[in-house]
Amino acid sequence: MGGHIVASFDEELGAIDRLIREMGDLAQDMVSSATKSLLDNDVGLAQRVISDDLSMDDKQRQIDERAITLIAKRQPMAQDLRAVVGAIRMASDLERIGDLAKNISKRVNAVGSGVMQRKLSHSIDTMAGLVRAQLAGVIDNYVGRNADALVTLRADDEKIDVHYTAVFRELLTYMMEDPRNITPCTHLLFCAKNLERIGDHATNIAENAYYMMVGKQLPVHRPKIDETSISGDPR
Amino acid sequence: MTNIAKSENTDMNMSSGPFVDVANTPKQQRAPKARVTAQNVNVFYGQKQALFDVCVDVPDRSVIAFIGPSGCGKSTFLRCLNRMNDTIEGCRVEGDIKLDGQDVYDPKIDVVELRARVGMVFQKPNPFPKSIFENVAYGPKIHGLATNKTELEEIVVTSLRKASLFEEVKDRLHEPGTGLSGGQQQRLCIARAIAVSPEVILMDEPCSALDPIATAKIEELIDELRANYTIAIVTHSMQQAARVSQRTAFFHLGLLVEEGPTETIFTAPNDKRTQDYVTGRFG
Amino acid sequence: MTDLSQNASPTDGSQARLKRIRAGLGKRHAREKRFRLYGIVAIAAALTFVAILFAMILSKGLPAFQQATLTVPVTFSQELIDLEPRPVRESGQSAADFRAADLRWQRDVTLVNWNRVVEDAVRSLAPGSEISSRDLQSLIDSAERFKLRDAFVANPNLLGQTVDMQLLASANADNWLKGNINRDLPDSQQQLSAPARALADELYADGNIRMAFAWHIFTNTDSRSAPASAGLAGAFMGSLYMMMVVIVLAVPIGVASAIYLEEFAPKNRLTDIIEVNINNLAAVPSIVFGLLGAAVFINYFRLPLSAPIVGGLVLTLMTLPTIIIATRSSLRAVPPSLRQAALGLGASKTQTVFHHVLPVTYPGILTATIIGVAQALGETAPLLLIGMNAFVASVPGSPFDQSTALPVQIYLWQGNENRNFFEARTSAAIIVLLALMISLNAIAIFLRSRLERRR
Repeated sequence: MGGHIVASFDEELGAIDRLIREMGDLAQDMVSSATKSLLDNDVGLAQRVISDDLSMDDKQRQIDERAITLIAKRQPMAQDLRAVVGAIRMASDLERIGDLAKNISKRVNAVGSGVMQRKLSHSIDTMAGLVRAQLAGVIDNYVGRNADALVTLRADDEKIDVHYTAVFRELLTYMMEDPRNITPCTHLLFCAKNLERIGDHATNIAENAYYMMVGKQLPVHRPKIDETSISGDPR
Repeated sequence: MTNIAKSENTDMNMSSGPFVDVANTPKQQRAPKARVTAQNVNVFYGQKQALFDVCVDVPDRSVIAFIGPSGCGKSTFLRCLNRMNDTIEGCRVEGDIKLDGQDVYDPKIDVVELRARVGMVFQKPNPFPKSIFENVAYGPKIHGLATNKTELEEIVVTSLRKASLFEEVKDRLHEPGTGLSGGQQQRLCIARAIAVSPEVILMDEPCSALDPIATAKIEELIDELRANYTIAIVTHSMQQAARVSQRTAFFHLGLLVEEGPTETIFTAPNDKRTQDYVTGRFG
Repeated sequence: MTDLSQNASPTDGSQARLKRIRAGLGKRHAREKRFRLYGIVAIAAALTFVAILFAMILSKGLPAFQQATLTVPVTFSQELIDLEPRPVRESGQSAADFRAADLRWQRDVTLVNWNRVVEDAVRSLAPGSEISSRDLQSLIDSAERFKLRDAFVANPNLLGQTVDMQLLASANADNWLKGNINRDLPDSQQQLSAPARALADELYADGNIRMAFAWHIFTNTDSRSAPASAGLAGAFMGSLYMMMVVIVLAVPIGVASAIYLEEFAPKNRLTDIIEVNINNLAAVPSIVFGLLGAAVFINYFRLPLSAPIVGGLVLTLMTLPTIIIATRSSLRAVPPSLRQAALGLGASKTQTVFHHVLPVTYPGILTATIIGVAQALGETAPLLLIGMNAFVASVPGSPFDQSTALPVQIYLWQGNENRNFFEARTSAAIIVLLALMISLNAIAIFLRSRLERRR
């Protein structure tokens, strides 16, 4: 596909795309660092994640400004319009991912390095791994403009949800065993919930990237299993 | 962004397919009743062919926009619909153009009658160098649409009202139409066209000589007129096509490249040429 | 550009470029000034010539409007006018009888020695003069006795009365008094005899002869026997009739053919030939049209010689191409958007032309017409060939009567043997002709601006 007649239009679109990629890389990094700091009880790393979020917010604002300026100046049409609108949406998803990673990092102190943490590290780690893979896949496929892969990736979100349900039940069990566990477990529960939310945002990004590339919306209803809302028996 | 074109373009009639939300599909996307149908229209200027096998339906009571780069044949096609091309020496039209099922190029059809049914508004506002009243009254007068003076006055006032011009000119109906501003002149031309109650109104770049405010007024007017008239508009402004039309046809080098609901053409067109044109990547 | 940027830093490059531009600048400005100067000189030259022309014509022609006029007490004496009273129709008398009696009386009036009445009147102003009858008569225009006769016929009660009347001095007396003839010339070369000159001077000194405005230039026709009373009325009417014929024929025909050629005619070889020939017709020398008129209208159609109708027809032929060409160009200047607007509304071709295109071209057509008519008004050559240079001493009553025309009258007067008198007269006629043309143009400008404002 040839460039625009107005070359600076291409440059402006390129700058927005580059920012999205940077945010994607940063988001991946923050998510891995946050889980790592949680599992290793690494307060220093947690602190770095918290400060990274500032840069994340800044990048999102930049994208918003550039996108709005571009719409005002160029009145983009068709794929360009989708690219700009998609970038705004993806940036806000990525920014939310950054927030959630920061939230996990903030809980590192509260969870502490107790027994609970070691007992759970395996299941949380697995879940975090899935979320990281999901996020990395979405970002890679966005960068590589691979629309079909995005459709498959979206379906993978289900696995994260399943894992989250498992972690939820496990934590419930611990809390019932010993009320002293309630505080760290609640924090861990939030962390797990945050990871699950990160997965959801990744899915959103996948949907937006798909629309951006193909020009069609993916169907809204996707199979989603959240059994935690039913406290007790799953159906 | 280079991969978008590679990604498979789903066909238009996939509206029942898995990826289209039926509830969100705009009303206009459902095939409307056609008022004017054009089948395999070929136009020649002397030896040079200007249009190749164009097939378009102009749907009833809606706006269809013809877009495309200069010299793509969109104006030529528009002028085929009321046979304004007849006045151009050496212009030859082949194919079927039907207005309500009646062949427009039938030798039995009277051009004068056809043009009373298919009105036209031109690129440059071209009011007659006469009074505002006479400008609007001229069409009804020559076609004998008014039997007496009161009726004629009624037609003029209604037409000016429909063209949202009456309030601005009611105190100076007998002043020359050429004394109005560009935008008012163009609305006067629209009033003049609708005074003969045409079924179809053709507009050839009606806003290209106007400032943005006047353009907005004309666009608003086109939107209102849509309720009663079938409108075909040629425009160079893609934003305008996107704003005023329900369907859009993209012409390129004498070919009709793509025709479809305006939303589709401007957000996710099927043809690469359309995509390149609407995004500003042409040439 | 490239060599500059290669061998120097950007600022040096731009400096060098500026230098180059400046080097040429002086030349460019000089050329511009020179061209403006040419224009001004050309216009000044044209204006000078026009001014000289007008100055010459006015200085020569204006004095002709003042003519020496003698105011004398005329006595309609019983002795000289020995007549019955004018017959009155008696009861029982037939109309024919009465007319015969009246004509007889009028003939008798004509037979009265009016010269004698004039002579007596003039003598009464210079009682001591020994001047001979002949010399005295030579001071008064020979047509003036008819003035007395006409006054008497109009009012027979004048018999026996004395009234003050204005009598035109003769052309020769006028020349002498105005100094148009050298006063130092010997008697043999003078137009008037010595006693006549002396009497003229005496009357002028006494104030009996004054310079009065010569209204008769506009009311009298040409005259050879009484040059002082010669006027332009016949020529003026002749020209007027011709203009009427031209306007009535050339405008509709010209405009109609222009409209047809421009709007309706198919563009093919035939119309191309017609177009070329119309343009050729405009370039044909006018005298050729005169030949054509003589051959066709007079020899073939047997139209009367020297008649304004024939002159008008010839001038129509001459004016047609002008009107056609100008009308076509003004039709071509009508923006196509106007035609499209009308056609798009469903107006037929004819309606489009007559309702919208033609009204816009009115000013253009009007200008073309007036220019064409003015051109025809000044045309002399073709009229000479159809006999309009004949001497006609009556005002034509219709376009079929014999007549002359203003430019031809100028030509005739220019050739008159009484140079001293007619040189001024010619210029006076030229002034009248020019005034007519200027007023025609003024009307054109006025109508044009009015038509254009209405749009």
